[in-house]
Amino acid sequence: MNTQVQTASVAGLSVSQRLIAGVLALFLGVVLVGGVGFASDMAIHNGAHDTRHALGFPCH
Amino acid sequence: MKLFQRIFFAAVLSGLAAGLAMSAVQQWRVVPLILAAEVYENAAPAAEPAAAQHSHEAGTPAHEHEADAWAPQDGPERIFYTVLASLLGGIGLAFLLAAVSVLSGIEITARNGIIWGLGGFIALQLAPAFGLAPKLPGMPAADLVARQVWWIGTAIATGAGMLAIAKLRNWSGIVIAAVLILAPHVIGAPQLAGEHESAVPAHLATEFAAATLATGALFWLTVGPLLGWLNERFVRSPAFALKGAHA
Repeated sequence: MNTQVQTASVAGLSVSQRLIAGVLALFLGVVLVGGVGFASDMAIHNGAHDTRHALGFPCH
Repeated sequence: MKLFQRIFFAAVLSGLAAGLAMSAVQQWRVVPLILAAEVYENAAPAAEPAAAQHSHEAGTPAHEHEADAWAPQDGPERIFYTVLASLLGGIGLAFLLAAVSVLSGIEITARNGIIWGLGGFIALQLAPAFGLAPKLPGMPAADLVARQVWWIGTAIATGAGMLAIAKLRNWSGIVIAAVLILAPHVIGAPQLAGEHESAVPAHLATEFAAATLATGALFWLTVGPLLGWLNERFVRSPAFALKGAHA
């Protein structure tokens, strides 16, 4: 019976499994989006400048 | 940590692919408007009072006009860093989408991926742009940190509002969503007081606002279904088999 494999979903996992994976993904997302879109370091700002404007992030 | 591996690869691949598509359209339709605006921005300071150009409060880091900070050379180097930033940002946004899916317990699939993408677009692009219209270099704007705080708060409130509808699926969910989604706009985005002359012609600004929203929509409507499709594929893949999934 492989129906269980087919339906193995996020909802079927334990809360702690989801919490760990979800928080790790959230952390990576916040670091990447924060770095590209919000970091105040001037070198990062200048490198990501056009992307910030293009994605609608507040920029200077 | 099979679940995390699955999300990790799904988010990286979908973010890269959608980021590449977005980068192509960015270079084609968005970046030329930024470069055109910079001509006016750089020409402006002599003719305009400095306050209209630079609205930084004391203590706010200064920006690109600081001569001592590194900046990419115009041309291939600048394009390279813009594409790099867009790809990294795209992967980051895919991670955020995946994180919300895992933490909320609502699986993202190939079929509902377009809804997830639409949600991401509304929360992270449309709702913030409703209060803070996309700005070209050289256009006057309120304090940077205040705008960033409003932008992030609006994105979180809008996303939480849509999640309330998805999770609760009843009238109270709709009421909570309405309050969360409207609140940032009732509070109001930080704006400069009074009228401020913009160094940038209006036709560039309107084209830019439309181009950024269209480019963002392309990204989100690509990344959602891709993330969902990869997520489903990886669930079935033996390499990512979850504990107890093998019967």
